Amino acid sequence: MSTVNKPRSEGGHAFHFDNAEHEFETSKFGIWLFLCTEVLMFGGLFVAYFLFEHKFPETFIEGATYLDWKFGAVNTAVLLLSSFTMVLSIYYAQNNKTKQCVNMLFITLGCGFIFMGIKYLEYMHKIELGLLPGEMFSFTGEVGASNLGLYFSTYYMMTGLHGSHVLVGMGLIVWCIVRARRGEYNSKYFTTLECVGLFWHLVDLIWIYLFPLLYLVD
Amino acid sequence: MSSAADRSKNYLNEESGLWSWLTTLDHKRIGIMYMITVMFFFLIGGVFALLIRAELFSVGPTVVEGAAQYNQLMTFHGAIMVFMVIIPGIPAFLGNFFLPLQIGAKDVAFPKVNLMSWYCLIIGAAISFYSLFFNGADTGWTFYTPYSIETDNGTILLVLGAFVMGFSSILTGVNFVATTHRLRAPGMGFFQMPLFVWGLYSTAILQVVATPVLGITLLLLAAEKTMGIGFFDPALGGDPVLFQHFFWFYSHPAVYIMILPAMGIISELITTFSRKVIFGYKAIAFSSVGIAAVSFFVWGHHMFVSGQSQLAGVIFSFLTMLVGVPTAIKTFNWVATMYKGSIQFQSPMLYAMGFLFLFTIGGVTGVMLAVMAVDVHFHDTYFVVAHFHYVMVGGTLMAIMGGIYYWFPKMFGKMYNEFMAQLSFLFIFVGFNVTFFPQFILGAQGMPRRYFDYLPAFEPLNRVSTVGSWLIGIGFLIGLYVIVSGMLKGKKAPDNPWGAKTLEWQTSSPPPHTNFHEQPVVTGGPYEYR
Repeated sequence: MSTVNKPRSEGGHAFHFDNAEHEFETSKFGIWLFLCTEVLMFGGLFVAYFLFEHKFPETFIEGATYLDWKFGAVNTAVLLLSSFTMVLSIYYAQNNKTKQCVNMLFITLGCGFIFMGIKYLEYMHKIELGLLPGEMFSFTGEVGASNLGLYFSTYYMMTGLHGSHVLVGMGLIVWCIVRARRGEYNSKYFTTLECVGLFWHLVDLIWIYLFPLLYLVD
Repeated sequence: MSSAADRSKNYLNEESGLWSWLTTLDHKRIGIMYMITVMFFFLIGGVFALLIRAELFSVGPTVVEGAAQYNQLMTFHGAIMVFMVIIPGIPAFLGNFFLPLQIGAKDVAFPKVNLMSWYCLIIGAAISFYSLFFNGADTGWTFYTPYSIETDNGTILLVLGAFVMGFSSILTGVNFVATTHRLRAPGMGFFQMPLFVWGLYSTAILQVVATPVLGITLLLLAAEKTMGIGFFDPALGGDPVLFQHFFWFYSHPAVYIMILPAMGIISELITTFSRKVIFGYKAIAFSSVGIAAVSFFVWGHHMFVSGQSQLAGVIFSFLTMLVGVPTAIKTFNWVATMYKGSIQFQSPMLYAMGFLFLFTIGGVTGVMLAVMAVDVHFHDTYFVVAHFHYVMVGGTLMAIMGGIYYWFPKMFGKMYNEFMAQLSFLFIFVGFNVTFFPQFILGAQGMPRRYFDYLPAFEPLNRVSTVGSWLIGIGFLIGLYVIVSGMLKGKKAPDNPWGAKTLEWQTSSPPPHTNFHEQPVVTGGPYEYR
């Protein structure tokens, strides 16, 4: 039973697993299941989106004109870059290069900040104009389509839920940075890093669907 | 690792103190914490039920201060029983304790996540009860729009509480699927798993796939109430029926989250107490998965009168009847297992047979309600109330009680008082039928559900029903006595009092922290009685 007391970074494992590999594979299986639940949660919003878009196509076309596709495009690029650096951090951890691993995690975190910063600017701009969800919609400019508030409800709910996931992901990355700096990740153990990475990729992937659906409707 | 010294140590006495329980990662201790939690919520929900029945004893106001308070009672009875009792009842309590034991594992795959899910339940429940200080909620547990948008804001807290409790359910589900896939003992393939594990596995898949949709639904409802996003508000372009679709997309599978693990327990009980190999092992296993799969495509049967298209109605009606097929497969297999078995009428077996009887009535009336023409008449009447109580109480609760008695010696290393347990069963079984059978008749006569008051013509049968609820109450009080007195001063239990064959009975009672004294190796099926 000597392996039980060894730290995981030296190839140890929790007592209820056979070996470190068994634990790693199980953790990955678990995080994939959790990602399924995330997809289904967003799935509800996507269903609502397609339903309302089908009901009010003009509203959605007009709504999208109030969004600046350039902001969306920059954010897409930022998130794609962050996914790449996330992968690199795992690669460096696997090769026992702790310093580069930490650096890559910092870049990933920075991308998260840029994304949220741009999102903040976008939100502020819209709130000033009164482009608000549902009954709070108070835009005074000329409006063509009906129920424009509903488009913005969809926009805020989808990007808001996504943004909260980005924030959670950033928190998890901070946690990984702390652990990585302690030298806990190496070729024998990088399970949490891998799992956080998978979560971050999902957040990225969801944005890749949100961007065209919200910004590029026309 | 010689066993003589180890046997004095078990999961109950390895550590002591409240803190060691609140921070435990042992699935058995977490299971016991769920047991206490669920029993506490059941007590509250049960008292609410008794108050509801007392109010309906006579025409006009009886014990409750007006219709508004009645609506809150009804809402909280439903929400507590669904979200805090029946959904966590079997998987998180009995499943937590026995899934790893039955597959020969030392723990669930993610012990910390397991503990977190218990805290999610507690926090969610606390938020829900907190709403009682803000005029509570009076929407019924289904939160139907548009009423839930217009009513008092206490509803938001109940909704958010249910949202947090959803996390508990999801995390348990993720844990159980991973545990079943990855931690089985050497030699245990999927078809050597006990049928309770099959039931839990199917349930866990439902929890993983369906609960997130409830999550987003409740979030949208909260956003609707706080910001007026208009998703469910026709004035802003939204659609109130969309809420019903979202809600039942979760909540219908949730019905199977409640019943599938119960069916798993029944499979264990019937084979053990008939001392016979289970009849049609694979048929029962696959029918669990079959029910889980079909359950995702039947949600529309809650909405036959909500204005969905007739074509959709016909399809949902057909698919709903389809659920009857795997369910009947199970029932017939159980009966066939009992045929020519050496049946022992211990209290767990009494509950199993009570389940067969009551669940069949619940199931058959379910098929009746799946017929659209019938449903249009019975919709929102006491017929529906009686139907789902026959399934939820007559099915799930009977199975929980049977399961508690069956595994009691293993959990606590002590025996309970068999006579009192049988007496408790008698009261619950008779009381249940006295309470709910008249409601079928009341519903067929047109008494609407969820109302504070009713026409004088319905009074006699309502009185019978209320008297029945007292019998149920007495039955459960006796049950509580049996459990508590068994824990405190029960006789010491042998490792395998029932002579059962599954793995949890091969270890000591109560089991040690790591479950088994040595790694079990599986060489045959789970029920080799002959």
